[in-house]
Amino acid sequence: MEKQELEIYIHIPFCVKKCDYCDFLSFPQLNVNYVPALIREIEEINLMGKEAKNYIVKTIFIGGGTPSILEGEEIALVLKSVYKRFEIDSNVEITIEVNPGTATNNKLKAYQEAGVNRISLGLQSINNEELRELGRIHTYEEFLENYWLARKIGFSNINIDLMSAIPRQTVESWNKVLEKAIKLSPEHLSAYSLMIEEGTKFYDKWKQNILKLPSEEEERLMYYNTKSILEAAGYHRYEISNYCKKGFECKHNVGYWRRVEYIGFGLGGASFINHTRFSNVNNMQDYLKGADDNWEHLHQEIHQLSKQEEMEEFMFLGLRMINGVSIKQFEELFDVTYQSIYGTCSAQLVKDNLLDINGDRICLTEKGIDLSNCVLAEFLL
Amino acid sequence: MSVIDQSKIRNFCIIAHIDHGKSTLADRIIEMTGLLTSREMQAQVLDNMDLERERGITIKAQSVRVIYKADNGEEYIFNLIDTPGHVDFNYEVSRSLAACDGAILVVDAAQGIEAQTLANVYLALDHNLDVFPVINKIDLPSADPERVINEIEDVIGIEAQDAPLISAKTGLNCEQVLKQIVEKIPAPVGDVNAPLKALIFDSLYDSYKGVIVFCRIKEGRVSKGSTIKMMATKATAEVVEVGYFGAGQFIPSDELTAGMVGYITASLKNVKDTRVGDTVTDYHNPCNQPLPGYKKVNPMVYCGMYPADGAKYPDLRDALEKLQLNDAALQFEAETSIALGFGFRCGFLGLLHLEIIQERLEREYNLDIVTTAPGVIYKVYKTNGEMIELTNPSNLPEPSVISYMEEPVVSAEIMVTTEFIGQIMDLCQERRGIYYGMEYMEETRALLRYDLPLNEIIYDFFDALKSRSKGYASFDYEMKGYERSELVKLDILINKEEVDALSFIIHADTAYERGRKMCEKLKDEIPRQLFEIPIQAAIGSKVIARETVKAMRKDVLAKCYGGDISRKRKLLEKQKEGKKRMRQVGNVEIPQKAFMSVLKLDKD
Repeated sequence: MEKQELEIYIHIPFCVKKCDYCDFLSFPQLNVNYVPALIREIEEINLMGKEAKNYIVKTIFIGGGTPSILEGEEIALVLKSVYKRFEIDSNVEITIEVNPGTATNNKLKAYQEAGVNRISLGLQSINNEELRELGRIHTYEEFLENYWLARKIGFSNINIDLMSAIPRQTVESWNKVLEKAIKLSPEHLSAYSLMIEEGTKFYDKWKQNILKLPSEEEERLMYYNTKSILEAAGYHRYEISNYCKKGFECKHNVGYWRRVEYIGFGLGGASFINHTRFSNVNNMQDYLKGADDNWEHLHQEIHQLSKQEEMEEFMFLGLRMINGVSIKQFEELFDVTYQSIYGTCSAQLVKDNLLDINGDRICLTEKGIDLSNCVLAEFLL
Repeated sequence: MSVIDQSKIRNFCIIAHIDHGKSTLADRIIEMTGLLTSREMQAQVLDNMDLERERGITIKAQSVRVIYKADNGEEYIFNLIDTPGHVDFNYEVSRSLAACDGAILVVDAAQGIEAQTLANVYLALDHNLDVFPVINKIDLPSADPERVINEIEDVIGIEAQDAPLISAKTGLNCEQVLKQIVEKIPAPVGDVNAPLKALIFDSLYDSYKGVIVFCRIKEGRVSKGSTIKMMATKATAEVVEVGYFGAGQFIPSDELTAGMVGYITASLKNVKDTRVGDTVTDYHNPCNQPLPGYKKVNPMVYCGMYPADGAKYPDLRDALEKLQLNDAALQFEAETSIALGFGFRCGFLGLLHLEIIQERLEREYNLDIVTTAPGVIYKVYKTNGEMIELTNPSNLPEPSVISYMEEPVVSAEIMVTTEFIGQIMDLCQERRGIYYGMEYMEETRALLRYDLPLNEIIYDFFDALKSRSKGYASFDYEMKGYERSELVKLDILINKEEVDALSFIIHADTAYERGRKMCEKLKDEIPRQLFEIPIQAAIGSKVIARETVKAMRKDVLAKCYGGDISRKRKLLEKQKEGKKRMRQVGNVEIPQKAFMSVLKLDKD
């Protein structure tokens, strides 16, 4: 029997300090019981009735928080537990997020020895003032040190995270960020616009109207510049906010949009297995307790997708990719004609110049990318 | 059986300006005569509806019968008829007064006489009621009973030197009020042996008893089993039960005789048959003439009411039908709007009446209502000599076939302290008022007389009056008639399409200003969409104001982290849900609150 593809996400919910814009799940204090609990979960957890041996792991992504807070040995132990339970593809992509200022020569070497072959560095800005504004703990110089360290050790697939539309940023300063980033020649660049999320320091400031955000026009200009500057430098945009050199797409993230099955280990980890989405509990004490009572209450929001929901997901996830989705694939998967489900909706979106249908492929137009929320919402039935 | 001695009956009402303590005094009278202990009293027993309690106003006439034992040992029956307290219900007030033989005038010891006090006193005097004054709230630090007593004597011209100085709140001196009721209010006189002649001063629908008629027996008697006839509506029915009013309950009795106040239930299914002001008589032995003063009340203010959720249309119809069972003044008929779908054009006595109905629909029937701009009834004279009464602006004929139009005008009296006369005159000027004179009530207060177009006062005149006089002005009006006026229909176009639910009739001079404000307001209320949306105000084909809602430039999903797809889905669903709550006009989505927001164009 042919093995099914599987992705693994491992959440490390600790940070030296939470950034002012961040609403992801993280804690400032490392909990010594976390890694042992995580390892037990990886080794023991029930996979929604599926067997580990039916899968072959294509990607592993260690995200956070700040995974690079962990020592090399700890990461090695976590990965070993994955190798112990799952078969790993020979071409596996294993990414770890590294926060500049937390990496050392020893750590990075240990990661590499444990199998990590891709590093994602959260730079956000090259401008130290902007970094302070974001509440980041590092300077640009510290980032550079970590970047060259990773290169020296031999990492040949590095991503740099950049963020536009941050307070006080101008179109010029953003252009400089891009130009400097290009000079470093990373294989992959993520360029997101800042989103103000509820429950963050930024949100409070924004409510009080003291956050000096760029105007909408400037923000859009930054987005367009990102594309033109990066494309001129040989990076192609393969997802709304992601660019890479040829062949260096982040397989893990692409898997999310392509609806590959995945398991999220660790606190709050989200999973998609056997047509079912669920996530781990968000409360640290509950999570740690899971290791003692055989994980009975670990999973929450367990939801088996209906056919309709799967069709919706196929569209609103797939369309995040620049080359969009295949009509043929949709029809084969769901045994319906695309026209009968989304014909009217697509026709209107095409008419509004938000969607492009070219033979078998459907994708967002440039305007559709700008307004992707509106467009994607239309695909909810 | 024995007939109750009429000399031991007192039928009276309490008249007062809003907030001067009418209901509180009623409560004290009920409490002191022992009908209810203070523990059983829920403050203000007579105001039945939650709405009435919240707003501190009386909407429906209420009535209660109490027994007062005088110092000399004699027992008296007091029938207290609580009258509605708002100009919208002027006619009901007048019928309640007609059911009484006297009235207690309650005046606030700090505020003195207000416009509504005067209007009510005049109304009481018109009905030949004996009025005696009571000065309330003397426990307030700012109370000045001397001044108020003089004011009552000077302005109204009734004796006030021996007016009880009371605090209805604390009960202070309230026993004097009871004494004076016996002394100063005349006992009813009416021939018990004459044919039945009873005045309907209110009626309500009860799902068990059917229609309950509140009435004052002027002459004759009525008991269970007799057949009665409503002289104006011609409805006849067999009496099922008669009785009088306990506190919040109906107490059946054998019969009602001349001089008494009570209720009759009969096999009647709709309050339309038992109009306030109509005369009840005996079907087999009718009286010669009905009591004077009956008129059919007609709505003055109209608006469209639409269910926010189009599927709730039948529910809205059911709710309106139920409310109408109890409210003969409420009118409605089905209409459709391109923007809002199926709904009803509803007629009300005034804006308060409208608001009450709207609130009751929302609270008691759990309906979300979208209301269009309220308007009055315009008379449109066409070039072919035909006249139409216009209640829905969308039905205005083409300008080419209109000869001229008329609008309703009211005569208003505004009482104001002298320091605010300037501001109030400015306000009346802005609202196209015609000044008719001013009288000084005393050194610091004056009564202004204006004619005002009704459509200028139905929106926010009362609020404006209060805010410009720091709350010191009071206001009362009555219909004067129809006058010719330069009226135009102002249309709102959104993305070049006329939105019928936003059209309204307005005087040509104020159309520009109003159109501009509406465009500004709508610009704020309509969310940006995929394309630019012009918002225009137009008279006929002429655009008089324009705003633009810019196209949306950006709406991108945030980073999707760790495969948390459920969260992304929720975001998209929220987006989709938000869209559902919009009204589609052409290809523009308009949120429901935009329709409501233009009703509240503050003056600023």
